[in-house]
Amino acid sequence: MAHIQSRFSRRNRISEGISTGPLADISFLLIIFFMVTTVFVVYRGFPVDLPPAQKIDALLGKRNFVNIWIDPQGRIMVDEFDTQLPQVGNIVKTKLTMNPRIVVLVKSDRNTPYRLISGVIEELKKADALRVSFIAREEK
Amino acid sequence: MADIAFLLIIFFLVTTTFSMDKGLGLTLPPSGTKTTVPSVNIARVWIDTTGKITLDDREATLDELGSRIKTLTGKNPNIIVSIKTASDARYQSFVDVIDEIKKAGNDKISIAEPD
Repeated sequence: MAHIQSRFSRRNRISEGISTGPLADISFLLIIFFMVTTVFVVYRGFPVDLPPAQKIDALLGKRNFVNIWIDPQGRIMVDEFDTQLPQVGNIVKTKLTMNPRIVVLVKSDRNTPYRLISGVIEELKKADALRVSFIAREEK
Repeated sequence: MADIAFLLIIFFLVTTTFSMDKGLGLTLPPSGTKTTVPSVNIARVWIDTTGKITLDDREATLDELGSRIKTLTGKNPNIIVSIKTASDARYQSFVDVIDEIKKAGNDKISIAEPD
């Protein structure tokens, strides 16, 4: 009898407790890993008053986008380049050779005269960047 | 310690929002290509300098444009809406028209160059 009891008690002692100490280390390592490796590519452009619209689709996957900002005074920015209308095609073409899946996001002020938009569209056609999205503000 | 770390992870997972752009997507035709489309399959939209809309030579408000495009698409599913905008029109008018056409369920939009 005594022999059996001692056997039981020994077994209990072995299964006792899983050490949770390293769990914190692992989770902190994971946090630090993601903090260090996450890169946000954000081109700020300039503030524009986007036109409101209803039937708009969300665009996923920041890597495949080229942003073009256009303001009513005719100032144009393509991602990080402050540029003029005739250069838009060349810049987009260079970006397109690096990533053929590019979608161009046109972010223009609602008061921009259409001739600027049309000019940009013609430049995009020349550069063969045919997937375009006119960015709008969601209208409730 | 681990509890706090996990709580923090969950907190940030739940509260993080990525600002996503939303827009009206279009596919442009390659430069220099010309496809001939029978004129019965084209609905011509003209936006003038003041933002006034004309569909097939008849004036229309934005709502009317939507319903007329819907009827046209119902009668002929191959209809292509060709939008021509005056150079001095506001970008807003152009976006409004594309939005309205998309709302009417037609995705075949062609953008004509202004004269």
